[in-house]
Amino acid sequence: MEGFWAVFSPVLRVWFTSLVVLIMLPAMFGISLGITETYMKILIKTLEWATHRIQRASRAEEILKHSASNGLIQRDNSSLEQEIEELRRNRPKSAERGDFTLSDVLYFTRKGIESIVEDDVTQRFTSEELVSWNLLTRSNNNFQYISLRLTVLWGVGVVVRYCILLPLRITLTAIGLSWLVIGTTMVGFLPNFRVKGWLSDLVHLMCYRICARGLSATIHYHNKQNRPKRGGICVANHTSPIDVVILANDGCYAMVGQVHGGLMGVLQRAMERSCPHIWFERAEMRDRHLVTQRLRDHVNDKTKLPILIFPEGTCINNTSVMMFKKGSFEIGGTISGPAGIYDPQFGDAFWNSSKYSMVSYLLRMMTSWAIVCNVWYLPPMAQKEGEDAVQFANRVKSTIAQQGGLVDLDWDGGLKRAKVKDSFKEQQQKKYSHMVVGDDSIENVTVGNADF
Amino acid sequence: MGLQGWRNVLALKTSKNNNRAAWQRAFPVPLSHSQITRLYSRFHSLDKGENGALSREDFQRIPELAINPLGDRIINAFFPEGEDQANFRGFMRTLAHFRPVEDNEKNKDLTSGEPLNSRTNKLLFAFRLYDLDRDDKISRDELLQVLRMMVGVNISDEQLGSIADRTIQEADTNGDMCISFSEFIKVLEKVDVEQKMSIRFLH
Repeated sequence: MEGFWAVFSPVLRVWFTSLVVLIMLPAMFGISLGITETYMKILIKTLEWATHRIQRASRAEEILKHSASNGLIQRDNSSLEQEIEELRRNRPKSAERGDFTLSDVLYFTRKGIESIVEDDVTQRFTSEELVSWNLLTRSNNNFQYISLRLTVLWGVGVVVRYCILLPLRITLTAIGLSWLVIGTTMVGFLPNFRVKGWLSDLVHLMCYRICARGLSATIHYHNKQNRPKRGGICVANHTSPIDVVILANDGCYAMVGQVHGGLMGVLQRAMERSCPHIWFERAEMRDRHLVTQRLRDHVNDKTKLPILIFPEGTCINNTSVMMFKKGSFEIGGTISGPAGIYDPQFGDAFWNSSKYSMVSYLLRMMTSWAIVCNVWYLPPMAQKEGEDAVQFANRVKSTIAQQGGLVDLDWDGGLKRAKVKDSFKEQQQKKYSHMVVGDDSIENVTVGNADF
Repeated sequence: MGLQGWRNVLALKTSKNNNRAAWQRAFPVPLSHSQITRLYSRFHSLDKGENGALSREDFQRIPELAINPLGDRIINAFFPEGEDQANFRGFMRTLAHFRPVEDNEKNKDLTSGEPLNSRTNKLLFAFRLYDLDRDDKISRDELLQVLRMMVGVNISDEQLGSIADRTIQEADTNGDMCISFSEFIKVLEKVDVEQKMSIRFLH
């Protein structure tokens, strides 16, 4: 046992020193030594080779077609009225006593079966399918055994990821987080000079940078001139809890969220000491006025940091942007919005919270190749005259979706867990009834507009 | 994925083209390898309980299906008499009704029994949406039920009743105040059922 430690401790010392010099110090000051770049280049070359092998082995046309459109079936976008008109085309029209044909069911049947095979919503809550395999079995849905060389490569990849990268990353994150706690506590002791704010920003930035290195995150920021200023609100699309680290790498934000216990609670309290964030008790979250009031107070104080909010309310798998809850848009002030896109080639950042717990999610993150991310800062927007919160939210959502090349969906992200509201079904029924009896004899049924 | 799931995936992945005949027998749907694999992925992603079979709740979790007025009836079609679970084979069998009719199949000799996606079988699928008690007749009540599902609360009972009466009157040829399957076929003879009840795969 003694001998083991004698050998082990110099190794440990070398390990730590190299870690500090090569990774931590540059990270803290925001300089890059080029190690990550070389790593990424090697990774890309290897993956390209792997893809090449796969394409050679199986029929190349199948994969090419797959990449052209990720949809499984062809879907018409024609409306209910159009389709039913077509179905009825060949029948003589009789206006008395309603116009109904037995063939009307065919429309609903086909729509139903199409949605069973492929629908817009449930596929957003599972990880995106990759076109070519990236040597991680977790993203291996449709790929078969190809050759021995590929399997060996995969095996090497496993060793590299679990035995080299994982301990490295865990160490870095641990250092980063403890530095966050220590640093913010120290800054918290200082009296309220301007220096405090500057120091607090510095501490936060350093820690987030170390954490980002801890995930091997490569982030490209675009349009830095649009970075949010103090006293505003920042909205972004949400793919995983790591979004916070990604965005905070480039600027300081005030976080909004629930008070947690455990490790998260320690972090939250530490951060609160050096600069004001907004943490809510669980009971307070239900009182919307209270929430809005606190957010509004924070925003109106121009010395405070911009608030970071994710209006989708849940993690979406980065192929689309779902409905933005209007609450964040009622506060007033200018909204700026970064749009963040992950490149799934190197690691799938989506957190399926109903399937994986936080810890297993972090482990998966740390054993991926890397997280590659692009962040575009969008120019700030303000609510226009005569535009209500919902329309404003939709406008911001479309801008973010467009910038990131994501699909803009109107469905509520809450459908991940909750059932869809009946009012949508009632809308369809109403439309169909118009077709059966014509407009004037419909009894006016109040279908309350879904309260988001 | 559970162990059974992995076994199935493995079976899918190791089957080569010369095993297609075996596939055709098990799944009477001549789809390509990648299409079957993707449908299996879809089946698996709907199967939240991970037990290799879908329940009615699994289907109802699809929002577009939940807001479809005929959603419940369509879901019913996947569950044969008295069963609560639909396995992949049953899933594919039901979906097979919606395969487009290929041109070279239209004139095929049907001695081996009609394929599931023939015009008659597609019409039978639609007929069974109405005929809940499977007595091969659509009664006035069954017709009213389906009508009520489709229009919701927007039309009064009397109006709906008269619509149902008129529909039965027009279709009924043997005077039994019900619509039999052959009468149903006659009413829909001019409708392009092959096109309207088909799903086209993109690749």
